[in-house]
Amino acid sequence: MKSLLLGNAAIARGAWEAGVCLASSYPGTPSTEITANIAKYDEIYTEWASNEKVAMEVAFGASLAGRRSFTGMKHVGLNVAADALFTISYTGVNAGLVCAVADEPGMHSSQNEQDSRHYARAAKVPMLEPADSQECLNFTKYGYALSEEYDTPVLIRTSTRIAHSQSIVTMSERMNPPFFQYEKNPQKYVMMPAYARERHPIVEQRILDLIKLAEDTFLNRVEMGDTKIGIITSGTCYQYVKEVFGGKASVLKLGMVYPLPSKLITSFAAKVDRLVVVEELEPFIEEHCKKLGLKVSGKDIFPICGELSQNIIADKLGVSYNDGMKIGEEIPGRPPVMCAGCSHRGLFYVLGKIKAVVLGDIGCYTLGAAPPLSAMDTTICMGSSISSLHGYVRAGGKNAVCVIGDSTFAHMGINGLINIGYNRSDCTVIIADNSTTGMTGHQENPTTGVNIKGEPCGKMDIEAVCRASGIGRVRVVDTYDLEETERVIREEMSIPEPSVIIARRPCVLLKTTKAQPPVCVDADKCIGCKMCMKIGCPAISKKESKVIINGAVCSGCGVCAQLCKFGAIGRDISQT
Amino acid sequence: METRNIVIVGVGGQGSLLACNLMGRALLLEGYDAKVSEVHGMSQRGGSVVTYVRYGDKVYSPVIDTGRAELLVSFELLEAARWFELLRPGGTIVTNTGRIDPIPVIMGAAEYPDNLQGKFRQKGAIVDAIDAFTIAAEAGSQKCVNMVMMGRLSKYFPFADETWQKALEETVPARLVDMNKKAFMLGYNAKKGVI
Ligand SMILES: Cc1ncc(C[n+]2csc(CCOP(=O)(O)OP(=O)(O)O)c2C)c(N)n1
Repeated sequence: MKSLLLGNAAIARGAWEAGVCLASSYPGTPSTEITANIAKYDEIYTEWASNEKVAMEVAFGASLAGRRSFTGMKHVGLNVAADALFTISYTGVNAGLVCAVADEPGMHSSQNEQDSRHYARAAKVPMLEPADSQECLNFTKYGYALSEEYDTPVLIRTSTRIAHSQSIVTMSERMNPPFFQYEKNPQKYVMMPAYARERHPIVEQRILDLIKLAEDTFLNRVEMGDTKIGIITSGTCYQYVKEVFGGKASVLKLGMVYPLPSKLITSFAAKVDRLVVVEELEPFIEEHCKKLGLKVSGKDIFPICGELSQNIIADKLGVSYNDGMKIGEEIPGRPPVMCAGCSHRGLFYVLGKIKAVVLGDIGCYTLGAAPPLSAMDTTICMGSSISSLHGYVRAGGKNAVCVIGDSTFAHMGINGLINIGYNRSDCTVIIADNSTTGMTGHQENPTTGVNIKGEPCGKMDIEAVCRASGIGRVRVVDTYDLEETERVIREEMSIPEPSVIIARRPCVLLKTTKAQPPVCVDADKCIGCKMCMKIGCPAISKKESKVIINGAVCSGCGVCAQLCKFGAIGRDISQT
Repeated sequence: METRNIVIVGVGGQGSLLACNLMGRALLLEGYDAKVSEVHGMSQRGGSVVTYVRYGDKVYSPVIDTGRAELLVSFELLEAARWFELLRPGGTIVTNTGRIDPIPVIMGAAEYPDNLQGKFRQKGAIVDAIDAFTIAAEAGSQKCVNMVMMGRLSKYFPFADETWQKALEETVPARLVDMNKKAFMLGYNAKKGVI
């Protein structure tokens, strides 16, 4: 059966066809839809885990129990899961374990541009890189066979353009899920030094075996064309290269990007006049070629930063191309903004007003850093806000708070809070609880009480967790109430004790959030002071000397009305 | 056949994901090789979004580079200007005449450029502009702008009416099919907007 599938949906389909029985993941663009799609298959137990390390370990547990398992994450998620990965590499698997990791050259929705291929090399596990949705499906499916045959976790690497493009896929049926009875084997699974020392050489031998495989696997293929130029490439770059050259170049397309073949590359190099590696981010394949003593172009002509494109490739390799026309006019930017009625807005307005140093975190609330709110000082990685605030305060930093979302708190923030409770610093931690994982498209999380399939499940009690971590002062505020929010934040900041403020107000975009009637401006009372525009609400704009509110955009949160000193904004004003 | 390149742009929240799915569905029904890119994540929060549709006998890249698109479909006027560079010389812009002011304009830090349609034409583009906000309201909801524009876009494809109808039924939630079909038809038949 043929269908047009998103790369991520194709990975999900591949996992299903391979007889996977369990999937555990944490969301992260551009990987989220893999697991969201797996959840649609009734045969697969699917969950959002609290973080990627947990997810990886859950998948390992399922593999141990004899069932094929899956975990998916974005590139930075693999940092979190790395501790588990590096040692699961030693133990190997029982049933197949595949981990999909989505890189993001260009950082459309990410905080860095790290290249996951380094993880494959560092953890000594194979990594496959599909170049379209069909390969997403096939490689995932094959990944399980590979995992079991070589007794290793397998990484599938995608990038935004593969993960988020739909292309045509031929699908098959689900295979009978294989089952491997668990047998006690501490030498394989208990990685204490004596046993781990025995496992390490097995890992080294495995890589040698995988290199042999890399030399003639179907995953790597040569497409001979004109031999003046020979290009080694993988993933989305393969598509760009074909687009630019068609048959006018010879191409070595690598579907397995770690370990890399040596003979295959050397013999390909021997057949072409000029050897070029086209890869996004790091010179990973290029360095391998150089180690083989080959003369090769790569990052001497292509950028390390950002995405590649057909035009960049054409330009750098001397192929003519059309560059589009500019409109020749300054086009105002359209940065992402907090939605009208966003529960985070009031919080950041208040933090800006009291001029607090705000150690921030990652989520929709990171938009609090953008003007006009401009009320966030740092964003590093998930959970860093809480731990860094402790260091900031311990080192004498003043007037500081941190802000972290509910999903991010459950992900990694909780660790930093335990540290504050334990080491006692006068930190004021603000948990922006909008009852969802907003940034990545509204996934459920441990604090929402609903699972990935939309069914009721366990619910983490944030207040209780804070108290149990040793935080005596735990307060809840509604961010739609500016006065109360300000008062509570000021109070907690002034008290020399660790405290948590839970800024609680569900995301306006949730289906369960009831829409309120929009507010409007009484033009007679409005003097055009623009005080209400300091919150950067997309529903509010200025027309001539007055402010107007777009009723189609306004969600009726009423935050702007609290800022108006002239009582010009209200719900019941009928404009006559 | 040579691969055809269509770019769909708009503002996050205008439903370009659904438009993409509709487009993809129609191409599949017509039996083409196709690649359709989507936008997720950060840019959906009211930011500028761009999606690519490519189809033909064999499609390689999922993205359309500058100077390559024969059709640029814009759900909002300023976005057509922002992504103008993707248009090939003499290409066609199918755009909503309606505007959504971006935050810098709202805040008074930048101005919304005037006479954009004129400027598109000056650069040799063919412009097909309709007032999609008004038309969408007529169909029943402001939210249907995406379907109004897709209806307009369908004029540029040699597909049977049934293809679009079927694709629409398969991509839009059942209770919204009628309204979306109406929006699609109104977009298809709309008079060219004022310049
Ligand atoms: C290690 C890691 N995993 C995943 C992500 C992707 N990601 C960024 S923010 C976020 C969650 C945001 O949810 P929440 O903290 O509830 O804030 P909200 O967006 O709802 O305001 C996720 C999953 C990431 N940046 N890093």
